[in-house]
Amino acid sequence: MATPLLWFAHACLLMVVLIKSGDAAIPKRKLAIFPTTQTKGQPWPLPRVYKPSPLVYSVDMENFSFTSGANDCPLLADAYSRYYKLTFGGFGKQTKRYSSLRFHPEIKVAGSLNVLSVIVQTPCTGKIYPTLQSDESYNLTVGPTLVLQAKEIWGALRGLETFSQLVYRLESGEFVINQTLVQDFPRFAHRGLLLDTSRHFVSKHYLLRTLDAMAQNKLNVFHWHIVDDPSFPYISQAFPNLSLKGAFNPESHVYTPADVAEVIEYARILGIRVLAEFDTPGHTESWGKGQPGLLTECFSQGGFNGNYGPIDPTKNTTYSFLSTFFNEVSQNFPDHYVHLGGDEVSFTCWESNPSVKKFMKNMGFGTNFAKLEEYYMQKLLEIVGGLQKGYIIWQEVVDNGVKVLNDTVVHVWKDGWEEEMSRVTQLGYQTLLSSCWYINDISYGSDWTSLYTCDPQNFNGTLAQKELVVGGEACMWGEWVDNTVVLSRTWPRASPIAERLWSSADVNDLDAAIPRLAEHRCRMIRRGFPAEEVNGPGFCDVEYEE
Amino acid sequence: MSPLFLSVLAVLITVILLRNRAAAISEHNLTAYPKFKTKGQPWPLPRVYKPSPLVYSVDMENFSFTSGANHCPLLADAYSRYYKLTFGGYGKLVKRYSSLRFQPEIKVAQSLNVLSVVVQTPCTGKIYPTLQSDESYNLTVGPSLVLQAKEIWGALRGLETFSQLVYRLDSGEFVINKTLVQDFPRFAHRGLLLDTSRHFVSKHYLLRTLDAMAQNKMNVFHWHIVDDPSFPYVSQAFPNLTLKGAFNPESHVYTPADVAEVIEYARILGIRVLAEFDTPGHTESWGKGQPGLLTECFSHGKFNGNYGPIDPTKNTTYSFLSRFFSEVSQNFPDHYVHLGGDEVSFTCWKSNPSVEQFMKEMGFVSYAKLEEYYMQKLLEIVGGLQKGYIIWQEVVDNGVKVLNDTVVHVWKSGWQKEMSRVTKLGYQTLLSSCWYINRISYGSDWSPLYKCDPQNFSGTLAQKQLVVGGEACMWGEWVDNTVVLSRTWYPFIIIITCTVFV
Repeated sequence: MATPLLWFAHACLLMVVLIKSGDAAIPKRKLAIFPTTQTKGQPWPLPRVYKPSPLVYSVDMENFSFTSGANDCPLLADAYSRYYKLTFGGFGKQTKRYSSLRFHPEIKVAGSLNVLSVIVQTPCTGKIYPTLQSDESYNLTVGPTLVLQAKEIWGALRGLETFSQLVYRLESGEFVINQTLVQDFPRFAHRGLLLDTSRHFVSKHYLLRTLDAMAQNKLNVFHWHIVDDPSFPYISQAFPNLSLKGAFNPESHVYTPADVAEVIEYARILGIRVLAEFDTPGHTESWGKGQPGLLTECFSQGGFNGNYGPIDPTKNTTYSFLSTFFNEVSQNFPDHYVHLGGDEVSFTCWESNPSVKKFMKNMGFGTNFAKLEEYYMQKLLEIVGGLQKGYIIWQEVVDNGVKVLNDTVVHVWKDGWEEEMSRVTQLGYQTLLSSCWYINDISYGSDWTSLYTCDPQNFNGTLAQKELVVGGEACMWGEWVDNTVVLSRTWPRASPIAERLWSSADVNDLDAAIPRLAEHRCRMIRRGFPAEEVNGPGFCDVEYEE
Repeated sequence: MSPLFLSVLAVLITVILLRNRAAAISEHNLTAYPKFKTKGQPWPLPRVYKPSPLVYSVDMENFSFTSGANHCPLLADAYSRYYKLTFGGYGKLVKRYSSLRFQPEIKVAQSLNVLSVVVQTPCTGKIYPTLQSDESYNLTVGPSLVLQAKEIWGALRGLETFSQLVYRLDSGEFVINKTLVQDFPRFAHRGLLLDTSRHFVSKHYLLRTLDAMAQNKMNVFHWHIVDDPSFPYVSQAFPNLTLKGAFNPESHVYTPADVAEVIEYARILGIRVLAEFDTPGHTESWGKGQPGLLTECFSHGKFNGNYGPIDPTKNTTYSFLSRFFSEVSQNFPDHYVHLGGDEVSFTCWKSNPSVEQFMKEMGFVSYAKLEEYYMQKLLEIVGGLQKGYIIWQEVVDNGVKVLNDTVVHVWKSGWQKEMSRVTKLGYQTLLSSCWYINRISYGSDWSPLYKCDPQNFSGTLAQKQLVVGGEACMWGEWVDNTVVLSRTWYPFIIIITCTVFV
C-alpha cells in the first residue's frame, strides 16, 4: 500500500501511461462517430429470451398502474411504488432534440398499455428472505396486454426491473414500450458485489444506494466485507470494545445494530441477500485493539516487539470468544451463509512466538504452520457449522486441506483461477469467482472489456464440475474508496459482471454490448447514480446532477 | 473506441489485475492506521510558514473580519465565503478523533476574534486578475490577527491560508496556532484545464471546480470549451455552431449568460478564465454548423464524406475567424486567449485537390508551411483584437512568428528539451506534459505529479524565468458530471498546486 516500493511501482506505471499523448487518443474520424451510440429501451443484463418488435405501445404515466394476482404482498406493493418512479422519473425538463438518439423505425403506436398484471405463483407475505435457492425466473409479455409472471416474488422483482428498462421516452415526451417477449432466468444463482467497509468507512446512505444500484443490475448478493485490519466498524453487542477501540471513530464511523438491520431489510425488499464476512485469522488487526489477548504477539530477540499477527490459534479463550461472537453474528445476519475469510494468513508472527512454537510441538505439527492454520479453521468451521450456518471461505482454506461442510462455497480470488476452480470443483465444492473482477483496480480508459469477457465456467472440468460454479462477485476493495467515489467507481463497472453472471454465456459480443451499456449507464444517471463514463466521448440526455 | 485501442487496454488491465488484492495490507504495527494527518496546516505550503505551539482560541460566534481603508465588494464577498469555509461543515461533535489528537499540550493564550485585512491598492470596480497580478500577502497570527496584501488578489490567497490554519479541537473549540506567514507564489500562472467538449460539464460543476481551485490557490481556469466531439459554446454571431454541433443544443450548451456567470464567479475568487478555441485541428464539431469551414477529405478522386482540419486555403475561413474571435475577445475579458494549434493531421489536406492547388500557388513544399500560413493569419487576427495568446507547442515548433508576449504551452513528452528550446527563443512557457490528471491508475499515483518541476530543464536563469507556470489537464474522454470533482480533487492536483505555488 503505502510502502515506498509500491509507490515507486505506481509512479513508473503512471509515467509509462503519460508517455502516450494526451487528448491525442482521439484520432480523426467521421463526424457521426460522436457520441457513443446508445440503444433505447433495451435491458441490461440481457434476458435469456428477449424478442422486441418494431411495434410500439404508448404507456401513459398518469394512468399507469400495477395489479397483483392472488398473491399480493407488501414486497410487491413496495416494488410497485419503487418501479413506478424508476420507470417514469428523472427525465427532467423536455428538450427538443436528442441528437443521434432519434428512434429510427417509423413508429407505429399500436395502442396503450397502462396496466401491468403481476402474477406470482407462490405466496410472498411474511418476512421471507431470498436465498441461494431462490427462483428468480420470470416471463414478461408486452402486447397486446402487459403481463409479468413469476414463480416466486424474487423473479417478479427481476421482471419489474426489466419492465422498467423497456419503457423509454420519445422526443415528444410520450412514454412508449416496444412489443416484446421476455423469458428470463439467471445463469448463476450467486451474483455478488463485495464492498469493503474497513479500509474506509462507507456511510449507511451509500450502502443503501449501492443496494439500489445492485437491484438495477440484477445482482443479488451484497457481500459485506465489514471489518478488516484497518478498522472494525461493526458494533458487536457481546463485545462492544471491538468497535469502541477498533473503529476509526466509535461514534461516527460505525454500523450500529440498527444500521445493520436496516441494511438487511432494505436488501431483502430488493431481493438481495446480505452476506457478512468476518475474515479470520488474518486481516484482524483492528480486532486486537478491543479484545486483548486475541491476536498473536510477535517476538523479536526473545521479547514481544509490540506488533501483532493473526488471531492466536493456540488459546482456548480464542475459541470461546469466537463462539460468542459468531453466535451473535448468526443472529444478526439472517442469511444461511456467513463468509469466514481465511485468506492471506502470514506465518511470520506465529513463527516468532515461543508459546505458539511450543503448541506446535505438543500438537505434533512440526514446523508446518499450514497445519496450525488448518487447526484454527477447522475449529472455527465447527463453531459456525454448529450454529446451523453454512459458510463461504476464501480459497486458501481448501488449498490448505481443511475439512469443510458439504454445502460450503469456495471463493476463488487469486490468479490461476482456472486451475483452482478445476481443483475445487473436482473436490465437489461449490465455488464463486472473483479473480478477474477486482473493480477497485482501476486503470485509464475503457477498462470494462476484460471484466465482461471473463467467464467463470471457462476452466477444464466435467459438466458436473461446471455446475458447481454458483456464480461470482465483483470486488470493490476499499484502500482508495470511500463515500466520495464508492458509487461512481462501482457503477457501471460492475454492470458487465452483472451481465456475465445473469445472461447466457454466449452474450459476449463487445460491439453489441457497448451501445446497451451506454444506455444502461445513462439510465442509472437518470435514476440518480453518478455512474461514470466507460465508453469515451459522449453524453446522456439527462446528465448527473448531485 | 477502435478494437485496437480496446485490446491494448485489455492487455494493460490484465497486467494490472495480475497484482493481488487487498493483500497489499500486510502485518503492521497497530497504530499504522489511519494515515497520519496534520491539523491546521495550509496547502500549498506558504513561502514562510512559522507555526508555534502557542494556541489562540477563535470564537466562531463572535468572529469578524475588518478592512482597512480599501474596502470593496470583493472583500466583503470573501469575508462571508471564508467565514463559512473556516467554521462550517464540521457536523455534530463526536467524542474521539482516533489518532488525530492534537499532540502538544495545548496552551490557549487568549482569543483572536478579529482578522484585520489591510489591502494597499484600491479594489473597487470590476477589476480582473491578470498574469501580472500581485498575489503576495503576509499573515500574522498573534498577538493580533493581521492580513496584509498589496492587491486584493493577495488578500484572497491570505484569507484562504487563514481559513486553513483554524482547526477544531475534540472539545468543539476552534483554535489557531500562533503563526507567521509570508507568502507569494513561485509561478504566476497556476492553471487547471477542463475539457467540456468530450463530455459536457454542467455549469454547477464548473462553479464548484472554481471554488476548489481557489482552495488550492490555483488562479487560471483554462476552459477547453470546444473540440471535435461537441461545440457547447453558444456563439451569438454563429448560433449554428451549437445548434448543430452541441450534443444537445438546449441542454448541453453554455449560453452567453452561463459564460458570463462563470467568468464573474471566477473573478470574485481571483481566478482568470482562459478560453481555448483550438484550431485548425480538433474542430470536427465546428464543421456541422459552419459548412465549408472544414477541409473535405478525398478518396479515389472524390469527397469521401469525412472532414479534416479547418480549410486554410479559403478566404471565407478567415472572415469567419475574424468575426468569431472578435466575439470571443469581447465575451472573455482576460488578456489571453488560448488558440490551440496542436495535433494537426495533414492526411486530409494532402487528399484534397484544391488544397494541393493552393500549395502549388503559394510555393509551399511542406504541409507544415500550410499550417504555419494558417496560424500566422489567425494570430494576426487575434493580435489585431488587442489580445495576447497562448498556443500549444506545435505552433512554435513549426516556426510560426508569434507576438512577444505569447505563452507557449508545452504538453508533449520530452518537455525538458522543448522548454529549453522555447525559452531560448525568448518565449514565456507553461508546462502540462507531466500533469495529465485525467490519466488515472490504481493506487497512490500522485508522487510523479508532485516531483515534476517546470524549471527542471537545461537553461540559463533568464530562461527559467520565462516559465510562467503550469496547468493540470483534465481531458474529458472519461469525465463528466459524475466524476469531475472526485477525479480532479483527488490529492493529485493538490500536489501540482504545491509544485507550482511554492
